[in-house]
Amino acid sequence: MFEIFFPILALAALAAIIAVGLALLSVTLGRRTKEGAKMESYESGMVPTGDTRSRIPIKFYLVAILFILFDIEVVFLYPWALIFRQLGIFGFIEMLTFIVILLVGYFYILGKGALKWD
Amino acid sequence: MDLKLATIDLGLIAPEIIIAAVAMLILLLGNVVRRRTILAYFGLFGLVAALLTALPRWGNPASGFYGMVQADNFAIFFKIIFIIAAGLTILMARRYLISHEIESPEFYALLLFSAVGMMVMAATSDLVVIFLGLEIMSVPLYVMAAFARHDVSSNEAGIKYFIMGAFASGILIYGIALVYGATGTTDLRRILADWGFFEMHSQLFLYSGAILVLIGFGFKVAAVPFHMWVPDVYQGAPTPVTAFFSVAPKAAGFAALLRIFTYGFADMSQLWAILWILAVLTMTVGNILAIFQDNIKRMLAYSSIAHAGYILVALTAGGDGAVSSAAYYLLAYTFFNLGAFAVITLIDTRNSSTAQIDEMQGLSGRHPFLAAVLALFMFALAGFPPTAGFMGKFYIFSEAIKNGYIGLAIIGVMNSFVSVYYYLRVVVVSFFARPNKEFEAVSYTPAIFIVLVITAAGTLILGILPGYWLSLARAGIFQFL
Repeated sequence: MFEIFFPILALAALAAIIAVGLALLSVTLGRRTKEGAKMESYESGMVPTGDTRSRIPIKFYLVAILFILFDIEVVFLYPWALIFRQLGIFGFIEMLTFIVILLVGYFYILGKGALKWD
Repeated sequence: MDLKLATIDLGLIAPEIIIAAVAMLILLLGNVVRRRTILAYFGLFGLVAALLTALPRWGNPASGFYGMVQADNFAIFFKIIFIIAAGLTILMARRYLISHEIESPEFYALLLFSAVGMMVMAATSDLVVIFLGLEIMSVPLYVMAAFARHDVSSNEAGIKYFIMGAFASGILIYGIALVYGATGTTDLRRILADWGFFEMHSQLFLYSGAILVLIGFGFKVAAVPFHMWVPDVYQGAPTPVTAFFSVAPKAAGFAALLRIFTYGFADMSQLWAILWILAVLTMTVGNILAIFQDNIKRMLAYSSIAHAGYILVALTAGGDGAVSSAAYYLLAYTFFNLGAFAVITLIDTRNSSTAQIDEMQGLSGRHPFLAAVLALFMFALAGFPPTAGFMGKFYIFSEAIKNGYIGLAIIGVMNSFVSVYYYLRVVVVSFFARPNKEFEAVSYTPAIFIVLVITAAGTLILGILPGYWLSLARAGIFQFL
């Protein structure tokens, strides 16, 4: 059992050593400056505006999550298209069923007005 | 490249397809049809159609989809339980939803989708498909728990159930992964066939996987110590949803547990000790905590934990008889627990209701029929003859004794005695307590009246003539393929 997992163990140890080591190096060797710009949220010169807890319309969330659903649909279409010939009529009907089920969802959200922006 | 295509026998999954199609149609029609009654009864129609397609399969078990689907008697028996539970919930829910202004077609669609998931869970002997069914079942349930969107406690119930359910799913799938790592298959039939070989070569993975699977389902069926979410979720969720929660997901969880632990992992010798402890803890903690509850929904939540404990006794005992007694008990429990919740749902339709036990004062004077059926269901829950509750417990405990678990049976019987106190308290309050104020009347709908009649009849018939139903349960079990 140990022989099999040794490479993984070694990798984990190496990763830990590098991560902790770099942080330690930066703490021990690095110079410390505490100026105004250094203490900003973004050191890059971006001036922060306002609170992070601002309210954003729920519509963004809704559109994003619906996008993911239909995005995944397309992902499934690619491998199917690749072996479309081999699958033949059977694969076509299976895919049609899948898309019809998603279409039901599409018409549902359309009817609910989830895609209306105003 | 030559592709081997799966053999498709849609007849095997016809009930699932029908219910899923009806649920999708309800979603679509919900935007068009303004009369919600039509949608509710369309859902009911879908359930009945599914029942009619499932029943002819009884007695000729078949396997399909590369062994992913098992349409055996065991599956059909549990499908009937799910259909009954979902149908009665639709009937009792409408009035409540309308009075709380939360009725929408989605409720019926979600209920049906959830029922589909349960059916998938019961009708397979493959661990991955069981997990798939579990997720199809659970996700709609999370939404249903939070269905009263403007009610804080309902939201709390939804979030709590979701977080605990997600954890349980994670633990379960990890357990399945470990079992797969040990055996190289997720098919319970192959695990059973080569058990000795797997046990010899990777005992550690196999056992830790099996225990994680047990923990995952422990959350779902509310076994102690995985029960913490139950009281809050049961109290917060809308009452008809709670009714469904207390019956159907529990039956589905036990269907999977029975299939996994008395079939696939049947040769796992050391497991009985864990199950023994789980059963004793679940019965005892559930019953003792139920005594202290003043809210009737919370009380029934703890009582449902205790009942899970009784069924765990059957699981511990193992063997054909014990499995059929568990199936029989789940069928009986479906009737009397749904009946009790139907009465509470009816009382809860008044917006002033807080579901306290004291609120039942004066019930018998105002609604004698309601008080009488409530008493019947309480007697059944407590396990008095001639109700189904008595016969169910009798079979479970006698199977436990038959298999040598005498201590477990004694603890179970003692627990039943404890439970008599808090069940009878409801009866005493509704019949004999001197009411401070007049009981605020509720009005029946035909639908709820039908639910009460069906559940009361089921409770009595299963109790008085148990032989036929038990033989059905017995015929169903262990015709596993």
